[in-house]
Amino acid sequence: MKTVASFTIGYRQVLDQDGRVVDALPAFAADPNVLVDLYRRMSFTRVFDGKAVALQRTGKLGTYASCLGHEAAHIAIGVAMQPEDVFCPMYREYGAQFVRGVKPRHVLMYWGGDERGNDFTGPKHDLPWCVPIATQCLHAAGAALAFKLRHEPRVAVSVVGDGGTSKTDFYAAVNCAGAYTLPYIGVIVNNQWAISVPRSAQTGAETLAQKGLAGGLHSVQVDGNDVIAMLAVMQEAVARARRGGGGTVVEAVTYRLSDHTTADDARRYRPDDEVKQAWDREPMRRLRRYLEALGVWDEAREQAWKEQCGREVDIEVNAYLETRSQPIESIFDYLYAEAPHDIAAQRAEAMAWEEGRRHG
Amino acid sequence: MAEITLIEAVTQALAYEIAHDPSVVVLGEDVGVNGGVFRATAGLHARFGSERILDTPLDETTIAGLAVGMAFQGMKPVAEAQFDGFIYPMMDHIVCHAARMRTRTRGRLHCPMVLRAPWGGGIRAPEHHSEAPEALFAHIPGLRVVIPSSPARAYGLLLAAIRDPDPVIFFEPKRIYRQYKEEVPDDGEALPLDVCFVLRDGADVTLVTWGAHVKETLEAADALAQEGIGAEVIDVATVKPLDFDTIRESVKKTGRCVIVHEAARTGGIGAEIAAQLAEKAMFDLVAPVERVTGYDTPMPLFRLEMKYLPSRDRIVAAAKKTLAYR
Repeated sequence: MKTVASFTIGYRQVLDQDGRVVDALPAFAADPNVLVDLYRRMSFTRVFDGKAVALQRTGKLGTYASCLGHEAAHIAIGVAMQPEDVFCPMYREYGAQFVRGVKPRHVLMYWGGDERGNDFTGPKHDLPWCVPIATQCLHAAGAALAFKLRHEPRVAVSVVGDGGTSKTDFYAAVNCAGAYTLPYIGVIVNNQWAISVPRSAQTGAETLAQKGLAGGLHSVQVDGNDVIAMLAVMQEAVARARRGGGGTVVEAVTYRLSDHTTADDARRYRPDDEVKQAWDREPMRRLRRYLEALGVWDEAREQAWKEQCGREVDIEVNAYLETRSQPIESIFDYLYAEAPHDIAAQRAEAMAWEEGRRHG
Repeated sequence: MAEITLIEAVTQALAYEIAHDPSVVVLGEDVGVNGGVFRATAGLHARFGSERILDTPLDETTIAGLAVGMAFQGMKPVAEAQFDGFIYPMMDHIVCHAARMRTRTRGRLHCPMVLRAPWGGGIRAPEHHSEAPEALFAHIPGLRVVIPSSPARAYGLLLAAIRDPDPVIFFEPKRIYRQYKEEVPDDGEALPLDVCFVLRDGADVTLVTWGAHVKETLEAADALAQEGIGAEVIDVATVKPLDFDTIRESVKKTGRCVIVHEAARTGGIGAEIAAQLAEKAMFDLVAPVERVTGYDTPMPLFRLEMKYLPSRDRIVAAAKKTLAYR
């Protein structure tokens, strides 16, 4: 039998878990300032995340999906994209969104039960958080199709989890991105757990990246805890998509160090040892070691930066806590461009009821 | 001016809007070179090319998801579900995204898309090709649901649907795609998406329907007229939002209402109309509201489909039942 097609999946890692350089550094990594900037952004995201979890635990935030451990993957996505590109997140890609200009207060408003969180700062054409799993992959593909049809050199990026790659929508996005040669990048942030179901129970595929091959996309696996490798891979994928070279599936291998959300208790289903080992591979430590070896970071700078992050996050938290709920009519006011008569009538009914309660 | 069928009116409206609005793109299975399995997009690919008329991979989820993605980026996709029975995989994208994009982003993004589908039974089609799922979509806040019943209304309502800045589900009654022709000026004039059309005046009973059953309902009105009974016939056309005012005005006059639809009865649009009559026109009614609908069963295969669908005689019988009350 002859071979009619053959494939390989490459794995990219530059910094190993202890911060040693194990592969050729990409050009951007020659500038320590770039790396310090990446580190600072990752650190800010982690400080924010810890604060958000604390807010939930003290009853000041609804259920919150932590991004602990995903900082390298998320920041690299944000840094690789241009403002005119479109980002279609799932629901914990705050690091990428902060790079794009979304303010932490909007993340908090969303998880704090207020739709105005979805009307965030940053690119007005980015999608809001997407709770139905993997549907955002097709929306990114659709955005990419719009760019292609309008001959705009823009790129659409979606993020999905390891569990999300089991969904029809993920396969569909990969398939049509290949069929139409779309400027689409499907990032799989493989954090090993889809709530309580491990990666091994999700699919028989050896890698998740190889799912991209089925649709004819460039497909690569990367150490998602290594921001240098992750950014290199993302930059290549973005550049290729922008010049019309087609889409890419990037599998970023990382680990969900937190519970799935604050409503979850991961101790019920995963061994402590596994989590302990994952902490050895987490993205901050290795980069810090590397930066310290370069002599561009140290404990004093670490402390100063964390304090600054804390101050900035506090400002955002206060801004969130100071927002008042929208009035009831707001649920009607954005349903259609112009309210049909039935919606206008229900709006009046709701307002009259609320008004009556105030006076009655 | 040539007379055209309902499906030719669909094609005419698509062509008009593609020619006049560069953001309009048609996508679906076999809509390109083939011109659609019913020929709704016949000639459009040759005229407008493959950047305006897109054949998609064979996956309804893809079609709906791409349409949402294109729409929130400022295009106006007109997506086609090849048959009503294939629309269910699209629900996630329509319900969770298209319908609520505007409201959940507080107006930052919206989805100006149309989902067209041949709709309803009566053409001896295979299984899953004869469904009437309008109530499923009418229940979803943020959508409009439109079902034309004549070539002229198909043209004007489809133009309105494409121009509407919010998502519209546009069901085309396939049984009357080629039932008759009428003159439809290609003038780009849209019809309103929030009114019922009174097709026939009558003082004794109000017959409310939409889609292909406008035909049987008008025939029933003819039969009733033979017996001296004046039936007013209303084509709802846009089932969401529902123009209840027109129905109420008619019922004020007649005191009787028969609702005819081919979809299953429970939770159908007829139930909504009956509920609103009970809420707002209780004391105008002199008889209980009658519903003549498909049964609460799956649409049978075609040997029995005409027994499932409301017939002229069932409509006449229901009308007479209301007339027993004085």
